[in-house]
Amino acid sequence: MKLAKLRAVAAKEYRQAARDPLTLAMLLGLPTMMLLLYGYAVNFDVRHIKLAVEDRDRTAASRDLEAAFFNSGYFDLAADLPAGTDLARLTERRRAAAILVIPETYGRDVAAGRTARVQLVLDGADANTATTVLGYAASVVAEANAEVVRAELGRHAGGGSAAAAGGAPIDYEPRVWYNPELKSTQFLVPGLVGFILMLTAVLSTALSVVREKERGTMEQLRVSSLSPGELLVGKTLPYLSISLAATAIILLAARVLFGVVVRGSYLDLFVVTLIYLIGALGLGLLVSSVADSQAMAFQLGASGSMLPAILLSGFIFPIRSMPLAVQILTYAVPARYFLVVLRGIILKGAGLAPYGRDMAFLVLYAAAVLGLAFARLTRKEI
Amino acid sequence: MYGLWRVIVKELFQLRHDRKMIPVLIVGPLFQMLALGYAANTDVDHIPTVLVDQDRTPASRTLVDRFTGSGYFTLAGAVPTADQAEPWLVDGRAQVALVIPGGYGEDVAAGPGGHPPRVQVLADGTDANSAVVGLGYAAKILADVGAELARPTGPAAPAAAAGGVEVVPRIWYNPDLKSRWFYVPAVLAMVLMLVTMMMPSMAVVREKEIGTLEQIIVTPLAPWQLIVGKLAPFVVIGVVDLLLVTGVARWLFGVPLRGSLLLLVLLSLLYLLNTLGLGLLVSTMVNTQQQAMMFSAFVLMVPMIYLSGLIFPIENMPRPIQIVTYAVPVRYYANVIRGIFLRGSGIAVLWPDALAMLGIGALLLTLASLRFRKSLD
Repeated sequence: MKLAKLRAVAAKEYRQAARDPLTLAMLLGLPTMMLLLYGYAVNFDVRHIKLAVEDRDRTAASRDLEAAFFNSGYFDLAADLPAGTDLARLTERRRAAAILVIPETYGRDVAAGRTARVQLVLDGADANTATTVLGYAASVVAEANAEVVRAELGRHAGGGSAAAAGGAPIDYEPRVWYNPELKSTQFLVPGLVGFILMLTAVLSTALSVVREKERGTMEQLRVSSLSPGELLVGKTLPYLSISLAATAIILLAARVLFGVVVRGSYLDLFVVTLIYLIGALGLGLLVSSVADSQAMAFQLGASGSMLPAILLSGFIFPIRSMPLAVQILTYAVPARYFLVVLRGIILKGAGLAPYGRDMAFLVLYAAAVLGLAFARLTRKEI
Repeated sequence: MYGLWRVIVKELFQLRHDRKMIPVLIVGPLFQMLALGYAANTDVDHIPTVLVDQDRTPASRTLVDRFTGSGYFTLAGAVPTADQAEPWLVDGRAQVALVIPGGYGEDVAAGPGGHPPRVQVLADGTDANSAVVGLGYAAKILADVGAELARPTGPAAPAAAAGGVEVVPRIWYNPDLKSRWFYVPAVLAMVLMLVTMMMPSMAVVREKEIGTLEQIIVTPLAPWQLIVGKLAPFVVIGVVDLLLVTGVARWLFGVPLRGSLLLLVLLSLLYLLNTLGLGLLVSTMVNTQQQAMMFSAFVLMVPMIYLSGLIFPIENMPRPIQIVTYAVPVRYYANVIRGIFLRGSGIAVLWPDALAMLGIGALLLTLASLRFRKSLD
C-alpha cells in the first residue's frame, strides 16, 4: 500500500464530497438537529395528563381527593363531568387520557373508616403513558392514605407523642449518581453519537462506493494501478474524518446547549470512537459489496446499521426488557458496547479499564466486518 | 389516458428489472416491524441491584426480600460498604445499590415513635428513564413497608388504619398495557413514508441523474401524465405493504384491529397524498439520489416521526412545539392508526384527521406538481 496513492484517492473523494455541499451540510447538521429534537421536543417524562373527573359524591372528602390529584402537578383538569357521562366518547376523542370516577358512597366510606374505592379509567392506547399515569395515581393515593394514617396515629397516641410528629415511617434517601437531575439529554448524548456515527459512516461509505459502481467509474478505478486496499482505504478515509467531525459537533453542541460535560478523558473517547468507526466503515463497505444501486444500499444500510443502533443498542429501550432471543441478537450490535463505554466515559468519568470486555467485542466486530468486506470486494470485480 | 398507462408500465418494468429491490421493499418493512415489535419495550423490571446490608438482621433481610420479591429488582451481588458498590454501578453490573445501614433492625424494633429506620438507594442516573422508574418502585416498596411498620398490631389498633382509599384501575383498549400494541401499528406510518416518499423521490431523481428525464420530456406526454404515472406504482407497493404490515401486526403480534380495514385503507390513501407530495417536492429540490434520500430521511422522516406522537406523546412536548406538530401530516395518521387499531373508532371520530390529511396532502401535491412542471420547462 503506497501512501502517495492512498492520498490521491482520499483527495479525490474529499473533492467529490466538497462538491456536494447539501449532503455535507446534512451530515454535519443532523447531529445538532437530533440533539435539539431530543433536548427540547421529545421525552418520556409524562406531565400535564388530561384528567377528567366524574364526581358522583360531591362531598368535602371527594374534593380533597381531587385536590390531591391536581396538586401533585402531574394532572390537569380536562373536564368536570356530570354523573352518567359517556366516558368512552371522551377517551375516543382524546379529550381525556384518564378519568377519575368517584362513587356516591365515597364520602360516607371515608367517614366510617371503611375502604373507599374509586375508579380510574385509563386510555390504554398509549401503553407507556398509561403505565406512568397508573404509577402517579397510586403514589398520589398512597400519599393521601399515609396522611390519614399519620393523623389517626397521632390521635391515638394521645396527641404530642413522637409518632405524631414523626414523618414517613421509613427515612428513604434516594440518591442518583452521574446524572443527579435525571435529565434525559445526559443519557441521550452517548446514544446519539452511536447512532449518528453509524449513519454517517455506514451510509456515506456504502453510497460512495455504489455510486461509482452505478456510474461505471469503478471500472476505471480498477484498471488504474491502484491496489484494492489503496482504493478502499482511500475511499473511506474522508468519511472517517467527516464522522469524527460529526462527533465533535455533537459533543460541542451538547455542552453549549445542555451543559453535558465529558467527565472522562478525551483520549479514551477518541480511541473507542475510532474503533467503533472502523467497524462502521467496514459495514459500509460490506453493504456496498452486496448492493447494486444506491436505493438498495440505502435500504440495506438503514436496516443493517441505523435501526439496530437505535432499537437494539439500549439507546431508547432497555436491553434487559427485551425477550431473550432479541437480547442475544443485541450482542451482534456494536452500538451496544459502544454505548456502554461512551456513557462510562462521558457521564461516569470512567476510563477504559472497567470495559475490557466491551472493547474486546468492538475490536472483534471491526476486524470481522472489515475482513469480510475486503474479502468480498477484492475477490470479485468491485 | 394511454400515455399515462405507458408510463405506469414503464415504471413497473423498471421495478422488475431491479430484481433485488423487490425483496428489499418487502423485507425492509418486515424487519423494521419485527425489530420494533420485539425490541421496543419501555417496561422496566429486574433491575440489577447490588446489596449493601450493614445491618444483617431479620428485619433487613425481610426488606431485601421485599425488593427482590417485587420482581422489579434482581440481586446482582452483595458488598460490605457503599464505596465498594461504586465499581458495580460504573461498569453496569448493577444499576441500583440498596444500602441498609447498621441499626436498621434496632430502629424497626423500636417501633413507631422511635428513630425512623434509614434506607438509602443509589441509582445510576445515566439511563434517566430507568432510573426514574426504578426509584419510583423503591419508593413504593419502602412506603408499603413503612405503612406496615407504622400500623400498630395490638388490639388497640385504630380502625381507620384498615381504611383508606383504593384505586381500581380500568384500562381501556389495551388492558394489559402491552407497549407492543402501541409501537407495532406505528410501523405502518414509517413504512409508508419510506416506500411512498423516499422511493419516488429517488426514482425521479435517478432519471434526472441518468439523463432519461430529458428524453421523456420531449415525448408528447403531458406533465400530469408523467407525474401520475411515476407515482402510481408506489401507491400499489404502499397498499401491499399496508396489508402486509396489518396482517403481521394482527396475526404475529396479536394487535387487535377493532375498526374497519376498509376505512384504514381509505384513510391511508389520504396519507399517501402527503407522502407522495413530499417525495415529489424533494425530487424538485435536489440533484442526486444521495441528496434525495438524505433529505427525505433526515430532514423529513426523522423529525416528522418524532413530532407526530408515533413514539413520543405530543402531550409531553413544550407548547410551541405542540403547535408545530399540527403541520406534520403524520400526526393525523398516527391518530388514525391508533384509533382504528385499538380504539375501534369510525369516521365519526376520525373525520377531523381525514380532513387535515386531505387538506395538507392536496396542498403539498399541488405545490410539488407546480415546481415539477417548472423544472421541466
